[in-house]
Amino acid sequence: MKSAVLVFPGINRERDMARALAHVAGREPAMVWHAERDLPAGTDLVVIPGGFSYGDYLRCGAIAARAPIMDAVRAFADKGGLILAVCNGFQIVCEAGLLPGVLMRNAQLRFICRDVYLRVERSDTPFTRGYNAGQVIRVPVAHGEGNYIADGETIARLEGEGRVVFRYASPDGIVDPNFNHNGAMNAIAGIINARGNVLGMMPHPENHVEAAMGCTDGRGLFAGLVDHFKLAA
Amino acid sequence: MKARVTVTLKSGILDPQGKAIEGALKSLGIGGIASVRQGKVFDIEIEGTDHNAAEAALKAAAEKLLANTVIENYRIEVTK
Repeated sequence: MKSAVLVFPGINRERDMARALAHVAGREPAMVWHAERDLPAGTDLVVIPGGFSYGDYLRCGAIAARAPIMDAVRAFADKGGLILAVCNGFQIVCEAGLLPGVLMRNAQLRFICRDVYLRVERSDTPFTRGYNAGQVIRVPVAHGEGNYIADGETIARLEGEGRVVFRYASPDGIVDPNFNHNGAMNAIAGIINARGNVLGMMPHPENHVEAAMGCTDGRGLFAGLVDHFKLAA
Repeated sequence: MKARVTVTLKSGILDPQGKAIEGALKSLGIGGIASVRQGKVFDIEIEGTDHNAAEAALKAAAEKLLANTVIENYRIEVTK
């Protein structure tokens, strides 16, 4: 699996992501600077990591979404290439129009940095084939703007088409307002586009991939992607 | 020319920051405030004197960057 991790000024999770990709996929990703106009030839997976691109100025992800490399990312998505967008990455792909909706300020207005539980809603995507549908995983979140909103029609379409991939839940998988830390509509933590090749999620699976991290629940996402490309080859 | 673009949240979009400001004003004892919604103001200097061209450029700026039209409205004012 040849991955490319995008790097914008102000991003700070790109090395965590690179480490997780190298650890699980056994291959170092290419690091691609935002001012580039092309992705490396033969890229299988584009990863937009977390952080604070452009200091979150204007709106989270707004300026990064208009960076030169994003035209190549859009073309890559149009050809069916896989894009994993985490945290600030999720905000960037929403601002870029690759996924619908917006990540608003957390309902409680606080920056949240802690482990959360996610219910994996489906296992039949390249991103979640390493899990079972209904499985609960523990992964960290670290964001001030993760409160997913969209208009009623969009939410109905996402739900109707099964495009909510991860939902904040209790440790036993119950969706409960007490475990919906940022107030996201329908406890949405991650969604996929209609074609199924762009995943955006607020939590950080890359931070739970090694025993030394205290939990390896995030590993399934990367292992599943590796399997996906192995089977496709 | 000088211009101002004002960006506000669409009605119906929850505004937790506005709510917090509203709460702070109430706790300051400032009376008569029913509700607060916050937004952004951009003061922009425009090159040249073509009013129509300025409006077109500002519309493009608002649509492409200054506002996220999924959740926000914008208003453009060009002054001499």
